[in-house]
Amino acid sequence: MTALRLGLPLLLGLALWQGAILALAMPAFILPGPLRVAEALLANRALLAEHAAITVTEVLVGLALGALLGWLSATLLALSPVAARSLRPLLVFSQAIPVFALAPIFTLWFGYGLGSKIAMALLIIYFPVTSAFYDALTATPPAWVAQARIMGAGPARILWCVRMPAALPGLMSGLRLAAVYAPIGAIIGEWVGASRGLGYLMLLANGRAKIDLMFAAVLVVAVLTILLHRAVDALAHWVERRQTDT
Amino acid sequence: MTPPPGLAFSGRVTAGGSVLLGPVEMQAAAGRWTCLLGPSGTGKSTLLHCFAGLAEALTLDGRAEAQDDRPLQGRVALMAQSDGLLPWLTVQENVTLGARLRRRRPDRTRAQALLARVGLADLARRKPHALSGGQRQRAALARTLYEDRPVALLDEPFSALDVATRAQMQDLAASELRGRTVLHVTHDPAEAARLGERILVLTAAGIEEIGTDGAPPIPRAPDAGATLATTGRLTRRLLEAA
Repeated sequence: MTALRLGLPLLLGLALWQGAILALAMPAFILPGPLRVAEALLANRALLAEHAAITVTEVLVGLALGALLGWLSATLLALSPVAARSLRPLLVFSQAIPVFALAPIFTLWFGYGLGSKIAMALLIIYFPVTSAFYDALTATPPAWVAQARIMGAGPARILWCVRMPAALPGLMSGLRLAAVYAPIGAIIGEWVGASRGLGYLMLLANGRAKIDLMFAAVLVVAVLTILLHRAVDALAHWVERRQTDT
Repeated sequence: MTPPPGLAFSGRVTAGGSVLLGPVEMQAAAGRWTCLLGPSGTGKSTLLHCFAGLAEALTLDGRAEAQDDRPLQGRVALMAQSDGLLPWLTVQENVTLGARLRRRRPDRTRAQALLARVGLADLARRKPHALSGGQRQRAALARTLYEDRPVALLDEPFSALDVATRAQMQDLAASELRGRTVLHVTHDPAEAARLGERILVLTAAGIEEIGTDGAPPIPRAPDAGATLATTGRLTRRLLEAA
């Protein structure tokens, strides 16, 4: 049943792809067929794996750092209403800057290597994580906070024992988004300036008219992103179950 | 435990321009069980919140304090209308939550004994969402008793219980909270007649005391003549206030 549910859309997609090539009489150097791409995937698997390892590292480190930084920021904002009032607009502003525009600057600042890509991934997920966790932290049922205060807890203790565990599902929904965004950040970083990674490989293949290889790299990015999303989703489910399971 | 203080309230509570309570004056005697009844919306829960120090979203124009002139903070346990059980903690962890919040070692033996007394010994390791409404309320009662405070503020603490369990929990609360200052908001005249050493009715017109002179000590038998008579008088009084 699961195989059918996953396999059917996949088959449909491949059929549409091949159908478009036949119907529009696309030459292979503009749109290669699924078979050509599969061949390229197989022939270049070592190359793809090598570059994928770089991109995956960037994404995972960016995700971990972004989650940590978002968690810290949201916690600080939740502890201090004054900070929240003055820093929230700044946070929104950070999201209003197009990440593309920053990529060249980050390459300048953090260099040609992993640093600038991690920074891109981090920047792109920082806002959704912080925002989702902060919103959840401020939405604690007032009765729980009141109860804790009567029991003699101070603000920090209430944050740690009541508000933070209550907000974990919010953090998780932020991380779910982050899992999809982080690869975008890393790829943009690689486009702008890199010598390794799937984004770099895409540009390289494009420049050498190896369109089938480029498509293979895109496919690998997509599959990796889906896998990452799946993993974070599983983690989120586990956390949410722990919250309520008997 | 410090000797339980009496409670005194006088004044008026507003929120955003609308009056929630008063102007009114009331006292709860030290070490006694005071029941507070009255139509919905007259501010009974607001009164409890004032004594619990939860009035910062409200404007209290007056005083809500202990009669021994020391702050109430740290001497009060509140059992609110919603059970307030934290869904990610087990029932036992919920009962000992106060200890954890105060950075003390949870006394699991005592928590387990209290859970046994409210009939939840077998459910101590379950999470609250696996419990029925009545079981959740009993868990909240165990948590309130675990706090071991000189003043207990109870807001409809037995409302979700079936008749037999309710009578048992009334007996339990009366014995566990003996000698403490209890302010107990309830809608049930029979409950007030069983537990109230003093019974107050709060209406739009103010506070009125319903006499319980000569009534036996609490908890009173539900079928004793005096209990039934008080229940009747209270019901009549609440009918008139409606």
